[in-house]
Amino acid sequence: MSTIYFLFQQTMFFTIPLMVVALGGMFSERSGVINIALEGIMIMGGFCSILFINRMQDTLSGQLLLILAILIAMASGALFSLLHAYASINMKADQTISGTALNLLAPALSIFMARMIQTSGVQQIPFTNTFRISKVPLLGDIPVLGEMFFQNTFLTTYIGVLILVISAILLYKTKFGLRLRACGEHPQAADSVGVSVYRMRYAGVAISGALAGLGGLIFVVTTSTQFNAEVAGYGFLALAVLIFGQWKPYRIAGAALFFGFMKTISATYSSIPWLINLKISGYAYKMIPYIATLVVLIFSSRKSQAPRAEGIPYDQGAR
Amino acid sequence: MRAKREKMGLAGPDLSKAAGPISSIGAIIVGLLVGLVILFIANPEKALSGFGWILGGSLQSPKDFGNVLYYATPIVMTGLSVAFAFRTSLFNIGASGQFIMGAYGAVLVGVQCKSLGSFQWIVALLAAMVFGGLWALLPGILKAYFNVNEVISCIMTNYIGMYLVNWLVKSTVYHKLTNRSLPVAATANIPKMGLDKIFPGSMVNGGIIIAAIVSVLIYILLNKTTFGFELKACGFNKDASRYAGINARKNIVLSLLISGALAGIGGGLLYLAGSGKYIYVEDILSPEGFTGISVALLGMSHPIGTLFAGLFIAYITVGGSYMQLSGFVPEIIDIITATIIYFAAFALILRGILQKFRSRKAGDKG
Repeated sequence: MSTIYFLFQQTMFFTIPLMVVALGGMFSERSGVINIALEGIMIMGGFCSILFINRMQDTLSGQLLLILAILIAMASGALFSLLHAYASINMKADQTISGTALNLLAPALSIFMARMIQTSGVQQIPFTNTFRISKVPLLGDIPVLGEMFFQNTFLTTYIGVLILVISAILLYKTKFGLRLRACGEHPQAADSVGVSVYRMRYAGVAISGALAGLGGLIFVVTTSTQFNAEVAGYGFLALAVLIFGQWKPYRIAGAALFFGFMKTISATYSSIPWLINLKISGYAYKMIPYIATLVVLIFSSRKSQAPRAEGIPYDQGAR
Repeated sequence: MRAKREKMGLAGPDLSKAAGPISSIGAIIVGLLVGLVILFIANPEKALSGFGWILGGSLQSPKDFGNVLYYATPIVMTGLSVAFAFRTSLFNIGASGQFIMGAYGAVLVGVQCKSLGSFQWIVALLAAMVFGGLWALLPGILKAYFNVNEVISCIMTNYIGMYLVNWLVKSTVYHKLTNRSLPVAATANIPKMGLDKIFPGSMVNGGIIIAAIVSVLIYILLNKTTFGFELKACGFNKDASRYAGINARKNIVLSLLISGALAGIGGGLLYLAGSGKYIYVEDILSPEGFTGISVALLGMSHPIGTLFAGLFIAYITVGGSYMQLSGFVPEIIDIITATIIYFAAFALILRGILQKFRSRKAGDKG
């Protein structure tokens, strides 16, 4: 039983950042703007928030510090993503190009700034990890469920789940969501009924920036004790999860969970006795998440359909 | 009906008729100015000398310029790989995996087939091409026959390729003490082709000549042959080209196959350069594949443009490495490159304005 709890907790560490970032990408792409800059935005959000933690950890600690860092991560991510929004919405630039530029800019900028700001002159930003919750009061004592969901966890896990629910409601049950989706499917039609396509797309990109920035923080906080100007390709993996999840919130969550679980198996096989007994090379396990994703895609991609107007700059004059 | 590339999202940029080299040069100037501003923010006293290193560091000696050619070689190839796919409206973000697969193919032949003698480097390079091509075949087939978005399958094959190469290196050409591949035979190294005489002391070799030849060949293939036309037609509008009797599925597969082969050659050229490059067994994706995206974008997806873009990025990178003498971090070069690419994206709007202006003028006359 303890193995199952362990696997579940590990799966969450992989799943939550992927899911949050992919949900961010969803808002951008459903509004009609491709966002391959997710990786770069994650790095920027991670950089700003971890730097904040690094500076403030002498005066604050624990969940309050984490909540403030979350706000910083979201704000910095949203701000950084505006570069992409401006290029792709106002300047009608090719969205792959400006996304690539942001992906290149973020790690360079964060290494540059880290080395400028820190007296040590190194690019790594260390922090003391005081954020792990070993047991949620009361809820953690519930048999089975308590051990599964409320022990050895992070606040960010619950925030991630909350974001999933809010995203789904926002996208499907509100006026905002309807308008956003319209801008990604048929912006001319949306414009003709008085929806500002530019404003909706800005909103979509900014939300994606906020969530990607948050994802950057979540990734670093749950896996490390320092920030080193990278997020291990999670932004690109989130892009894959987004497409795998067919641009739909709950499917994205499912895709992230699937990938997270496979990743857990590959990372922890050495501590699961019956998997070691199979005597398969460790490299095979490491490849499993990626191969499994490809196999699932083969069976699920037949009807794959991206938002129709995705990637096409909106030109009001071309109506 | 919009083209398939747009329906599937994540389309490659249509740069074929872009504003041309002028807009690229404009973007480069803006990027360099941003770099200068950053240098001034970082250290006003040394900013100008640092900037001087970026602009002229590569011209100090023949050795430095030789090294520019050496660094340019692999990124020109990955750039060509990405650019070729872009021109057929595919986004090959998997050049990293194809690159390292190609490198492994080259190293395998380079270590194990010593009996080939002076042909060894040619066979090793062909192996690199085949390995890289075959590795891109997977996303190609998945895209053509199962409608799997090539971006996601390329990301997956990057990681699978990285782990697979680690595994293969460990089981075939492994040097345990250094945790890397065994050195290749001397006959497997790319010949210098006289370049070592022109640029003594540098790491340059015939690889850059091969890369330049390949650039020209790709230009001819894309612009002067029916096959190239069909590839581009499929990318532009899959349904229309099918109506015209072109086998769209076959062309998607072939286009990624060629793209992967180009990245594979890049891996071969780097690891057969005789510059002490080994495949280390570590979980890091090859950065050359991602630099290739920048190179292709800066080169406006034009094969010859890509060649110059690769040379330019290598040029400021070598110059930037000297900048550290003035106490600046070399990442400033990446910031400059990113700024250039960002503004290169803007440059496209110039074309639109120009066109509008022209059509308005024509309208006045009419």
